[in-house]
Amino acid sequence: MTSTVPRLQAKARLGDVLFSRTSLFAGGMILVTLAAVAAFLIVQSIPAFFASGDSASILREAGNFWAYVWPLIFGTIWAAVLSLVMALPLAIGIALFISHYAPRKLAATLGYVVDLLAAVPSVVYGLWGIGVLAPAVQPIYSWFVDNLGWIPLFAGPVSATGRTILTAAIVLAVMILPIITAMCREVFLQTPVLHEEAALALGATRWEVIKMAVLPFGRSGIVSASMLGLGRALGETMAVAMVLSASGIVTFQLLTSGNPSTIAANIALSFPEAYGTNVNVLIGTGLILFIVTFLVNALARYIVNRRAEFSGAN
Amino acid sequence: MKLSPAIKTVAAASIALLALTSCAANEGGATTDEGEGSASSLSGTIVGVGASSMGAAQEAWAAGFQTANPDVTVNYDPQGSGAGRETFQAGGSDFAGSDRAFTAEEIAAGPFDGCAADSGILQLPLYVSPIAVIFNLDGIDNVNMDADTIAKVFRGEISNWNDPVIAGQNDGVELPDLAITPVHRSDESGTTENFVEYLVAAAGDVWTDEVSGDWPGALAGTGEAAQGTSGVVEAVTGGQGTIGYADASRAGDLGTIAVKVGEEYVPYSPEAAAAVVDASPLASETEDRTEGDLAIILDRSTEASGVYPIVLVAYSITCETFNDATQAELVKDYLTYVSSEQGQSDSQESAGNAPISSELRSKVDAALALIS
Amino acid sequence: MAISVRPVSSGSALASGQLPRGTVWVVLVASLAVGLALFGLISAASGTEFNLVGAILVGLLLHLIVSTGITGAVEGRRQAMNQFMTNLVSGAFLLAMVPLISVSLTVILNGLARFDTEFFNSSMRNVTGEGGGALHAMVGTLLITLAATVISVPLGLFTSIYLVEYGRGRFAKMITFLVDVMTGIPSIVAGLFAYAVFALLLGPGVRMGIIGAISLSVLMIPVVVRSSEEMLRLVPNELREASYALGVPKWLTILKVVIPTAIAGITTGVMLAISRVIGETAPLLITAGFTASMNYNLFHDRMQSLPVYVYTQFANQGNPAFAFMERAWAAALVLIVIVMLLNLIARLVARYFSPKTGR
Repeated sequence: MTSTVPRLQAKARLGDVLFSRTSLFAGGMILVTLAAVAAFLIVQSIPAFFASGDSASILREAGNFWAYVWPLIFGTIWAAVLSLVMALPLAIGIALFISHYAPRKLAATLGYVVDLLAAVPSVVYGLWGIGVLAPAVQPIYSWFVDNLGWIPLFAGPVSATGRTILTAAIVLAVMILPIITAMCREVFLQTPVLHEEAALALGATRWEVIKMAVLPFGRSGIVSASMLGLGRALGETMAVAMVLSASGIVTFQLLTSGNPSTIAANIALSFPEAYGTNVNVLIGTGLILFIVTFLVNALARYIVNRRAEFSGAN
Repeated sequence: MKLSPAIKTVAAASIALLALTSCAANEGGATTDEGEGSASSLSGTIVGVGASSMGAAQEAWAAGFQTANPDVTVNYDPQGSGAGRETFQAGGSDFAGSDRAFTAEEIAAGPFDGCAADSGILQLPLYVSPIAVIFNLDGIDNVNMDADTIAKVFRGEISNWNDPVIAGQNDGVELPDLAITPVHRSDESGTTENFVEYLVAAAGDVWTDEVSGDWPGALAGTGEAAQGTSGVVEAVTGGQGTIGYADASRAGDLGTIAVKVGEEYVPYSPEAAAAVVDASPLASETEDRTEGDLAIILDRSTEASGVYPIVLVAYSITCETFNDATQAELVKDYLTYVSSEQGQSDSQESAGNAPISSELRSKVDAALALIS
Repeated sequence: MAISVRPVSSGSALASGQLPRGTVWVVLVASLAVGLALFGLISAASGTEFNLVGAILVGLLLHLIVSTGITGAVEGRRQAMNQFMTNLVSGAFLLAMVPLISVSLTVILNGLARFDTEFFNSSMRNVTGEGGGALHAMVGTLLITLAATVISVPLGLFTSIYLVEYGRGRFAKMITFLVDVMTGIPSIVAGLFAYAVFALLLGPGVRMGIIGAISLSVLMIPVVVRSSEEMLRLVPNELREASYALGVPKWLTILKVVIPTAIAGITTGVMLAISRVIGETAPLLITAGFTASMNYNLFHDRMQSLPVYVYTQFANQGNPAFAFMERAWAAALVLIVIVMLLNLIARLVARYFSPKTGR
């Protein structure tokens, strides 16, 4: 048989072409925007890398750019890690509560109520942090320093106003909690009901259903959610600037007045008065923050992709 | 499918939105009740960017000027002195508000893209505000300290309120056995710069750090840091035994330090602050400055009586020759109002600044006449 | 294989080996009572203030231990683990309620002082001291956020559609990665970037509402993309395949099958994104600037927004100081109420459009 059957080609429908081109265009726009932001950051930061205390008054104490930015990198990562450590278990717990433990009627309202936390502007968190949280936790800090001061984390002297890195981390945790909770809740609600019912049919307790069916299914969603939350924590500006008593030193002590500052808060604090090369230095620190987030996200994606997760659209 | 509750909510939300798009009641075009007085023919927009220390005062001045000239809008963006100077140099604003004047080198380097070519700049000290040293101790409103003591307290060298050095200057006041927590600014600020300038001038052997808008890095770990005047006031209010420095208009109920000048202890007051400005020479007397440049070199180590030396002078900086004549007219009228007695007393009510003296006013008027 | 049979106690065989209903609640009440009593005794004995927080914490800890122990003893190890985790999850929820209630109470109590008509129908033009309102800020926030949403939602949604439905290979991986990177842009850098772009085009010192909207969309897009991507991935493949089997073209499948299935999650994602940016101060301060007067035009001159209003009222207080703080809190309350309303509308949209699942 030599005559070949003509291959059937699907008609290229207009709708399909339009749709796929639009999606591609949207993806391309993301690329362009990000490239533009990166270009802006790099071009503006170049003078900063070569600046010294003479050309940029902001570097007078540190000497050069790297000595200036290193304590800020430490502070940013330290505050973000602290806040994620506090927020992630709580968020998963709350999401589980809303999706699996609470009575159905109550669940929607509860979800709505937790989403309210996301609605509070960061300035208000700053005001709440200085006015309500810091005075409230200061006696607790005093107690810790007096009784557990031998642990390096809790070494004294205790801050008189309670505006320490731990307080800032608590405020950050409260800020990122609704983001992580909302996404985790949606993901947990999407667990195939068949899986859960199968587990129940085998006699599993509620916790075992969650452990066997819900959590593994939602693992990639949880990591995505915590990446979103971490991104917010790394870049949060106003609340940290208002709450933290920042002195730019590198320390692990949680309860004292001298705390490392974060990059974003430092930009917010120094930018209004910055002029000339100082502006370039600050934008340079912004570029470093960008890179730090980049690396953290790369790590997370790598962890998630190591096990090809099964998901609905495989 | 119950839509009625849904429809009700959406309807309520849309009504609320519609209500919001209505006009502001206080900006109504009908100003017919202002029959008396000549209707001003000025119209346009003036944009100023700069120090937030002047924020409240600029709001008061804008309000006063806009009431007299309803078709003019004055927008003052309190983004900070650095941003203000940068924006003015780039030509993005009509005037800048700055906690310090441009130095002679900066003026020579330029550029000043908003002004006509070869134009000089005017630097007018129109905002004089005392900086109070505030503290929070139960039941105590006033404590006397000399410059050395203040410097040592903020360096952490004196760490308790009942230290003999403090007690010795305060007979009859029972100071508690409480640790002193000094609070400084975490953001770069003109208030810090002026406060540190005072400490260097009056207590130079104790305060050995350089003058700058940033709190000295070596002292960063001493005490607390807070953002903005509001932050410092909140931090001092929120702790016991805390002490800080802030614009005097925000001192509120907090206790304040009376500073030793000469032989007596002077508490802060607008008159005492204005006195130090008058006693200080213009920069143009020692440096090469243009006619309209009224930058002042404050004499903070003065021993004259009744003078409060910790003061912040903020400048309104504008072009001598504008590219646009109508804009020049607007800015000139606005700054004339700001420097007038009426303007200064209007802002004193809202911002607590010290009105400029009449000698300074006549110099300012002479400078304003140069605008074209 | 020896099966250990638990001795049947009195009562029906079905309920044997189980705690009576409501035992856990009884244990909870008892533990709290013990905690309160303990701390009451301590405060009476040593004369210090009664520590309510400590009492409740000790009571809850006691409840955790006792209820797990009792469940373990009567029902078995797995049930004990279940009880333990139930307690932890409920505890997490309660713990999260504490800051929520604290923040809400602070804002509501402080903000109600200025919840009057003047606040809602005046701007701050010519107002010094008391009085004035935030209408200019409210209009500004609504316009700027609307513009940012109009820019980001289509872009973000189509990007996630691309990533899930069309994207295979390196371009898609790169976009996913870059979206991750975008989540970490600090808000102030987004503002500086948007301002720099427009300063290049229109000269320095330019301030417009639309620049603010663009800087906000830089912050919104990654949130929209991430959350929609997750939601779209969770749509079971069987639904898509069923639709293709019926001869429905791909684009119609996406539009009519995939998106409606995921609509609840997508709207949540969009609401999250809006909530994230509606309270951003730093970028709007730089891009849209500050003004005391009304401005309805996104493309001309400075525009006030609620978070900038809150911040400037707090930072630049005049005389009398309490009037400024009252306005700040009232504006914060208005902001939260606006987001609450938007959230409500979003949920209604989701409930109306999404297919009924078994949950």
